[in-house]
Formats: sequence, C-alpha cells, structure tokens
Amino acid sequence: MSQFMINMLFVAGSFAIYTWIAIWARAKSTREFYIAGGEVHPVMNGMATAADWLSAASFISVAGLISVGYVNSSFILGWTGGYVLLATLLAPYLRRFGKYTVPDFVGSRYDSKTARLVAVVCLIMISLTYVIGQMTGAGVAFARFLEVSSTMGLIISAVVVFFYAVLGGMKGVTYTQVAQYIVLILAFTIPAIYLSLQMTGHFLPQVGFVGDVAGTSEPLLHKLNAVVRDLGFQDYTADVENKWNMFLFTLTLMVGTAGLPHVIIRFFTVPKISDARWSAGWALVFIALFYTTAPPLAGMARLNLLDAIYPGETSEDSLVYAERPEWFEKWELTGLLTFEDKNNDGRIQYYNDKNVEFNETTAVERGWAGNELTINNDILVLALPEIGNMPGWIVGLMAAGGIAAALSTASGLLLAISSAVSHDLIKNTLFPSISDKAEMLAARISMVGAILIATWLGINPPGFAAQTVALAFGMAASSIFPTLMMGIFFKRINAKGAVAGMSIGALFTICYIFMYLGWFFIPGTNTFPNTPEFWIMGISPLSIGCIGALINFIVAISVSYATEEPSEEIQKMVESVRYP
Amino acid sequence: MTDSKEASNKAYWSANVRLIIITLCIWATVSYGFGMLLRPWLMGIHIGGADMGFWFAQQGSIYTFVVLIFFYAWKMNRLDKKFGLEE
Repeated sequence: MSQFMINMLFVAGSFAIYTWIAIWARAKSTREFYIAGGEVHPVMNGMATAADWLSAASFISVAGLISVGYVNSSFILGWTGGYVLLATLLAPYLRRFGKYTVPDFVGSRYDSKTARLVAVVCLIMISLTYVIGQMTGAGVAFARFLEVSSTMGLIISAVVVFFYAVLGGMKGVTYTQVAQYIVLILAFTIPAIYLSLQMTGHFLPQVGFVGDVAGTSEPLLHKLNAVVRDLGFQDYTADVENKWNMFLFTLTLMVGTAGLPHVIIRFFTVPKISDARWSAGWALVFIALFYTTAPPLAGMARLNLLDAIYPGETSEDSLVYAERPEWFEKWELTGLLTFEDKNNDGRIQYYNDKNVEFNETTAVERGWAGNELTINNDILVLALPEIGNMPGWIVGLMAAGGIAAALSTASGLLLAISSAVSHDLIKNTLFPSISDKAEMLAARISMVGAILIATWLGINPPGFAAQTVALAFGMAASSIFPTLMMGIFFKRINAKGAVAGMSIGALFTICYIFMYLGWFFIPGTNTFPNTPEFWIMGISPLSIGCIGALINFIVAISVSYATEEPSEEIQKMVESVRYP
Repeated sequence: MTDSKEASNKAYWSANVRLIIITLCIWATVSYGFGMLLRPWLMGIHIGGADMGFWFAQQGSIYTFVVLIFFYAWKMNRLDKKFGLEE
C-alpha cells in the first residue's frame, strides 16, 4: 500500500468517527448546546480540555520552537502552569455560578451590559485571532499528507467541524474532542517513544531525555550541547541573560492560558464544583503527557537531524548533496528545507553563520562560506518519521493527529465565539424575550457564521494571524483573567471598576504590542524596532500581557473604591459563588 | 443568613484562600524559582544528565503542577465536607 493510501485511511477513519459522534451527540436544548447539559464526566472533560488546548501549532511547531534549547522553556512552563491558576482561582467558582459563557459571568457579576459587551469584544478578538491559525494549520496538515491544496484541505476541515459543531454544539464538540485527544496523543507520543528507543534505549522519552546516548555513557544533553557547540550554536542548556523578560513572558503565557475563554467554558460542562476541581487536574494530566514529551522529542529530533547532516562526527565532512536521502528531497519540494551550495563543494554545511567568532575561526579553517541549509522548525515533527526510518503507519497516524489537533481547538474556539454572539449579544442584550428554541436557532446560525468567517480568514489570513501568541495571550491575560478573578475574590469591585480595568488593561497591552510589531500589524508602521535594546525596561511585546493584567487590577480597584459599593444583591451573589 | 452560618462561611473562605496561597507559592517556587531565577545556583545538582534548573524548567515543574492541582482538589473537597457544603 502506498504512503498516500495509508495517510488517507487514517484521516478518513478518524473523520468517520467524528461524524458518527456528531450524529450521536445532537443537542436538543440550549443547555446541551452551550454546556453539554452540564453532565460531562470530569475525566472526559479533562481529555476534551486537553484537545481544546493542544492546537495545530502545539502539535506541529512546539517541538521545533523549544528545540532551540533552554531559552524557550517559557512555552512549556507557560502553557501548563496556567492550569494551576485556572484550577485554584477560576474554574470551581465559575462552575458554581452555573452560567453558559464567560461574558455571561462578567455581565451578571457586575450587573452591567457595558461590562458584558466589553467582555464579548475581548473574547471575539482573542478567539478569532486564535482560530485563524487553527484553520490554516488544518489546511497545512492536509496539504502535507494528502496531496490536496491547503485551501481545499481547509474547506474539508470546515465541513467536518460544521457537522458536529452545528448539530451538537458543546455536546458534539466535547465528545469529538475526546476522540481527537486520543488520536493526537498517540500520534505525538508513538514517534517520540520510537525515537527515544533509537537514540537512548529508553522506552519513556522523559527518561531518555536525562539518560545516556544508546551504547555510550555520555548523557544525551551533554552530546547535544557538544554537537550544537561544534556548529557555532549556543549550548542547548545554556542559561538566559534576560531572566526578567523570560519571567514576564512565562507569566503572561500562564495568566493568558487561565484567561482563554474557550478553555474556561469547558469547566461549565461538569456536574459539580468538586468535579470542576478534579477535572482541572485531569486536564493537566492529559496536557502533561504532551508537554513532558515535547522537550525530549525536541532535543532528540534536533540531534537526530544533525546526525543526518553530519553522518560522522561534526568535525568530519558533512552530507554530500547528491547523495541526500529521499526524505530530504521530498521536504525540499515543500520549501521547508532549502539548500544553497555557497562554497561549491557539493556538501551540505549547516551551522550558525551569525556567530561572528565561529565565522572567523572554524568556518574559515573548514572552508565554509556561510550556512547552506535553511530548516523550517516544523520539519522536526513533520519529517520525524522519515528521518527516523519509522514505519508508514506512523506517518499516517501523524497526519490524522495533526488534523485532530487543529480541528479540536478550532471547534472549541468557534463554540466560544458563537455562544458569546447568540447568548450574550442576541439573547441577553438585543432580544431578551426570545424563547429557548429561538435562542437555539440563533446559536446554530451564529456557529455557521463563525465557521464561514473563520474559513474565509483562514484562506486569506490577515497580518495579525501570525501574532496569536502576542495578541491572544496578551489580551486574555490583561482583560479576561483579572476581571474574572476580581469578580470572585474582591467583593468591592463594581461595574465601573471592571469596565475601566478591562478596557485600559487591554488597550495598554495592544498599544505596546503595536508599538513594536506595527500598528494594526501593518508592516513598517512600528514606532520602535522590535529588538531588545528598544524594549522599555527590557520587556518584549510578547511579555507585556502580565503588566497589562497588573494595570487592570490597579485601575479596577482604584476606580471601584472611588465610586459606589456594589449592591447588596451583587455582594450576596459573590458570596454564593464562593460557597458550594 | 444566621450569624453562625456566616462565621462558618468566613472560616471556609479563609481556609480556601490560605490553601490557594500555599499552592501558588509552590507553583512559583518550582517554575520561576528552580526553573528560572535560581537556576545559576542549582547548576551543581543534577537530575540524570540535566542540571536541576533545566530539568525543572522542562519537566519537573509540570509534574509538580499536576500534583498541586490534585492536592488542591482533594483538600478542598475535604473542606467542603467538613463545613457541610457539599453539593
């Protein structure tokens, strides 16, 4: 059977499962559509949350991102540590509150339509930025594995999401996410186990990571450091100088994670408060399976790739271009690998030519005239089965896994968007008198609208699509998280404080990002170059979200204390959220 | 709400807040402490082939986070029972 047929089989098989779930889990009421009837088992919800969380970018790009070394540990810490905040500061109380959406809590807690609307605007900005990446991610996964254009792949994905999200709402989304989690975690861990066995002889990559290179007594990380150092790169485990910015960036990712609406609403679907607490734990167990595998995978895959380019020692000659392996040729076609023979010796020299000292010494001695190989970071995961000579079914599994990761996150985001539109805008702001049946129809139509917009934006990605990390996490950290947390922990915060805090926190964050990345992300319009020497107090635009959160807290508290106390009724409501 | 009920609720909430503070102190110590700011001083301690700071930044913190959330859930569910606040 050809590789194409195997990939096809895996993807079509997984799609058949999702479609079957869509038909089985049709939503019959708004309660089912918004929160799956509030009857999801905590372990199931944990799995669905993990699928919601692990996106196309996590699946395809994270290993490449962290393969740079210790310096990118922020992503690993940030995208897991946020769950501790979520579990202790938000999830149980929001579940206790028992409403359907995040703006719903904001609107009721602060008894203000303005607060609700500001929350809706923030939610839509966050989720829309995020969903575009998922749609394009699904398209890319299709294009790589199934030889269709990425636009075609994107449209196929949209149709599948349409099926289960419009029919089943949260109920359909939840149970497909459970299935998608299983597909994606198998697809991610099996190649990692395979690689770990090859390189270290350990079954668990987490153990192999701190173990020795197979057949030697040299620790893997030691070897990795030595190899990258030989090629002029920074040591894999090298420490970071600007710890201040690393600290703020990690904090922004953590607080942002806890403030992402599509993750928060997952905790509305479990039966009880105690379930919400357990469920957060289960969610992190399933996420941890992924995020503890990613660092070993990143390190081993980088070493593996370098071994392929330098078949002997790094001090010996590198691979002859004419004798390059088949996978190399294949990935050259996609443009993710490009070779340019700068010194005309027919060999592939891959090294860090931005290292001035290395250029003047080793590169000169060895007759190298610049780095000749450009490697897109996504290669590390996408080409892993081929570089590691893994069986064909693993490639098929990875195709299904990449698509599952994209679809599960996209559907969670689309649900967050459509429920904010139908429940908060249509039902609670514009037409409060509509019946449950009419609201359900509105919810389905909003979902269709959200899918169409996301598909269109996926095909024609706007400039901000690439700024998910800056924009979505910065906004979630500076607007949603503080407002929710203060709503539970500080009784004294009133509507004026919340609205002022959210607006100023979010605006501050966005302006700081625009200053360095271009106003409205239009290239060339940035006020300052985006380099460390121009960052105010050494804070990069990606790290500003937690400062925005701090500003939100300060503004909300100051304004609240300067204005009236919230009504007796509201204070009672806050009390009731605190006690199960 | 009767006075005794109010007092019991207050006690419940402060116990919860105390537990959250403990949880978040550990959360910050492993990730920002061991994994980041204290790393230069922990270089001498090794976990397998990795130095302690590196290991906590890429592995150890995540395990600790998982344990922390379950610990918090377990403690809180017991607290609910103690105060008769189960759903």
